[in-house]
Amino acid sequence: MRNILIIFQKEISVFFNSLIAYVVMSVFLTGNGLFFWIFGDNVLETGAADLATLFALSPWFFLFLIPAITMRSFAEEIRTGTIDLLFSRPLTRWEILLGKYLAACALVVFSVFPTLIYFATIWYLGNPTGNLDAAAASGAYIGLLFLGFSFASIGIFASTLTTNQILAFILAVFISFFSYTGFDFIAELPGLSGLNEWIIQFGMMEHFRSISRGVVDSRDLLFFLSLSTIFLLLSDLNLQLKKK
Amino acid sequence: MSLKIESVSKNYGSQKALDGISFSVKPGEILGFLGPNGAGKSTTMKIITGLIQADGGKVEICGLDILASPLEAKRKTGYLAEQNPLYPDMYVLEFLEFMGRLNGLKGKSLKDRIEVMIASTGLTPERHKKIGALSKGYKQRVGLAQAMLHEPEVLILDEPTSGLDPNQMLEIRHLIRKYGKEKTLIFSSHILPEVQAIADRIVIIHQGKLVADRRVKEESDAQEILVRVEFEVVNKSFDTSALKTAFPDLLVQKESESLFVFKGAADAELRKAIYAESVHQDIPILSLRKEQSGLEELFVSLTKEKA
Repeated sequence: MRNILIIFQKEISVFFNSLIAYVVMSVFLTGNGLFFWIFGDNVLETGAADLATLFALSPWFFLFLIPAITMRSFAEEIRTGTIDLLFSRPLTRWEILLGKYLAACALVVFSVFPTLIYFATIWYLGNPTGNLDAAAASGAYIGLLFLGFSFASIGIFASTLTTNQILAFILAVFISFFSYTGFDFIAELPGLSGLNEWIIQFGMMEHFRSISRGVVDSRDLLFFLSLSTIFLLLSDLNLQLKKK
Repeated sequence: MSLKIESVSKNYGSQKALDGISFSVKPGEILGFLGPNGAGKSTTMKIITGLIQADGGKVEICGLDILASPLEAKRKTGYLAEQNPLYPDMYVLEFLEFMGRLNGLKGKSLKDRIEVMIASTGLTPERHKKIGALSKGYKQRVGLAQAMLHEPEVLILDEPTSGLDPNQMLEIRHLIRKYGKEKTLIFSSHILPEVQAIADRIVIIHQGKLVADRRVKEESDAQEILVRVEFEVVNKSFDTSALKTAFPDLLVQKESESLFVFKGAADAELRKAIYAESVHQDIPILSLRKEQSGLEELFVSLTKEKA
């Protein structure tokens, strides 16, 4: 436990010392803010007191920003050899892996946290005040976080595959994109109409949609947790192979 | 024994990187690890630190098997890798604290150890800088400080002085010697005089095999004396026949008209005779240098033949 915390703290300090954290958070918040309040069908224009725009856009920002957070986590350490500093010390692979994963998750939480202001604003702007589907919004927040955590595990996995950060980034975006929307597209292929409902269940989007409706189903959460676990297990396998 | 390696082997594909290497090191002993590039020095060190897994054989650190109880064994080692990897974005103090905590140090003992290491490695003027802003020599000190921070029983240094200037080398050698008095130290190097200066014992490996394991002391006792003499050649060359009669086992190598290398066991006698002979033949000596043969010759003879 102590070792996970030490790695976690080091990763967080790397995020904040190397500007990654600030850039990710400002891009996420600026982007969301612009689309939410100013561009296109913004909330003031449509007059609907909900956070739909935020939750529709955030996953797409995450799709690019989270791989940017995680791309260096292992790739850089393996390239420069600093991974040997960690592996030659008395701590296990899982402690390193979880420390890095949780640090990436923490950054996701930090990014999402300020958008609670939007929630409060809409709450007060609503007519009458508080005319906002709080259940759906909190469900969507939970969904968004779990989605982010899953993207983080995919990013960590991609980062163990290569010593090139750009490659790790592209791989992570691709795998994340595929597991987010890919199954929806596959389900629409002609000839698969019978399996449609079944295939769609493999995609993150379906589970995110389901949580966003305000029903926090343990099955959906379990889906995201399993996804993270699978990618962390794959990362562990990868790191283990490097020892051979 | 604080470090015991038993018939360790490692293959990369069909290439044999290590082929049944065995040696052990006592506490308070400094072992110099020699071999040409690609002989398997770094591989051996990585196996000792548990970074890579051997295909066969056994590594014990203070009686702990590195495979059976890796965490306990790693707690007893300190390691400076060849490339000295460091986090450039971290501050010196922050980095040492991070590494100290990973080694199980905390609170006041951690702070105290960091202070001791910063003082003994001469990092005081750079302590508040980012590692990325340090010069190569200072980075090497940070790497050493990190490796010695938790006072490991077995300190493993892969080419600790490579890339340093002569002054820095001396300081680091001094530091290593001091540490090796109390604990076990194993270090690799390309610089043969350095190994002779620091190590109590040397192990030479070549093409994955151990080809020599002996004490440095014996090394210098058994060695022959090399005398390199430069004569002033005006119109006649130095005639060695009289010397050869006086010293029957003398070997003479004529490197050029004016440069001769004499190889024999009788040290002072030989040099006196060379001087007398040069006076006799009226050929002035421009320079006369006695050279240590031994290690360098041994290294070359052991590592060249099969290559």
